[in-house]
Amino acid sequence: MEYLKNVASLKLNEEKCTGCKMCINVCPHEVFVMEDKKAVIIRKDSCMECGACAQNCPSGAIEVKKAVGWVLAILKGILAGCRK
Amino acid sequence: MVMDLKELDKKACWCEEKRDSSLELNISENHEENGKVYRNLNEAITGYIDTEIGSIPKIRTKLNYKDALGCIGIRLGINRKNYCIKPGIYAVGKPTKVSPVLVTANYKFTFDKLRKELEGLDIWIMVIDTKGINVWCAAGKGTFSHDEIIRKIKTTELSKVVVHKVLILPQLAAPGVSAKQVTKATGFRIIYGPIRAEDLKEFIKNRFKASERMRKVTFTFKERLVLTPLETIQNIKYLLLVFLLFLIVNYLLKIRGEMVNGVAYTSIINLSAYFIAILIGTVVFPILLPYLPFRAFSLKGLVLGVFWAIVVINFSTIFMISSNLLSYLGNGFLLTSLITYLALNFTGSTPYTCFSGVLKETLYAVPTVIICSLVGGILLIIQAI
Repeated sequence: MEYLKNVASLKLNEEKCTGCKMCINVCPHEVFVMEDKKAVIIRKDSCMECGACAQNCPSGAIEVKKAVGWVLAILKGILAGCRK
Repeated sequence: MVMDLKELDKKACWCEEKRDSSLELNISENHEENGKVYRNLNEAITGYIDTEIGSIPKIRTKLNYKDALGCIGIRLGINRKNYCIKPGIYAVGKPTKVSPVLVTANYKFTFDKLRKELEGLDIWIMVIDTKGINVWCAAGKGTFSHDEIIRKIKTTELSKVVVHKVLILPQLAAPGVSAKQVTKATGFRIIYGPIRAEDLKEFIKNRFKASERMRKVTFTFKERLVLTPLETIQNIKYLLLVFLLFLIVNYLLKIRGEMVNGVAYTSIINLSAYFIAILIGTVVFPILLPYLPFRAFSLKGLVLGVFWAIVVINFSTIFMISSNLLSYLGNGFLLTSLITYLALNFTGSTPYTCFSGVLKETLYAVPTVIICSLVGGILLIIQAI
């Protein structure tokens, strides 16, 4: 199952990648593979922005906007933002 | 020994009969400690293991009927948020100082799912305080975190229980845990295990390596189906609003002298179309999720919504809906909006929707749903005046 295309905020800085495979171990959607001893994003549209890879990347090579993808949580966030 | 236990069981039963049963339920299910209420695990504890840090409760791997009832209750939303268990170290089998340590959440449902897969293993379980929330949600909310793991390693004196420095975490804890931070603070290395507890035995056999299959999250028919009762129960409240609307509409029709049956009776029959709409949004939608066209949940829901609206309009006499264009349009808008919203709401229950995507959908779908519902309601009132 895949969700919307071209929305995920996942970014990988290949220069910083040390090839430790941690992102591959924690990703629940097989977004990464190893190519030439470095991680590469191959299924970006499968990313659900859970943040596991960025949280566990020892070299800080991964960036992703981690948040819960639920309409009510988002509405709550928007309302809270409006109140401020 | 077996005889003794049976004797004890009998005695316990006999004592229980004599007590007030409702009181017994309250006493036996929860207990309070340091101002926190925990679920009693008495029935899951088979004994104690003596260690340097004191006696550690030994946990049964077989679940009993009460655990099963609790599971059904959780799926139906009964007492769902009252399933904290006491954090700390537990044992399965006869673990020693070199046995593996699994880390898990202090949600009883999670703990049960884990322990039932550990039959025949000798293993330690470190339960951390996730405020009674399951692994993945707690990791998302930040309660299943490296800070909490570090705290528990220290307060439980885990390094006196085992001589090794390895923790096995469920893979879905990873969004909340930085493995590096735990190692830096405590020396314990983290290995991410399989997503599903049922793969643990194979994972251990594979020398603590999770295969590709074990690392991939699924959303099978059964996994979707078990979510549906709670979805329905949590969304049934919208019927009340619709009921109020129909009471007004049918009262107006009565004033106009177009009401053959009673206002309340007609409203209830009208409401049945909306009750089915809620079932379509909360049961049929999750089941058909992979087969519905489009990727956006709101559009998938729209397909079902339009379908149901057409059915209801076609059989308007069965649902006692007034046979005029405005009434058809009003009901059509309302039914479609309801199902579309329920579909969009299901984004929070799936393991594959992302925040950026749901935000994108929310921004166009929620205002549309709100406007369409208002238009639908107004049309129904106008046709009745």
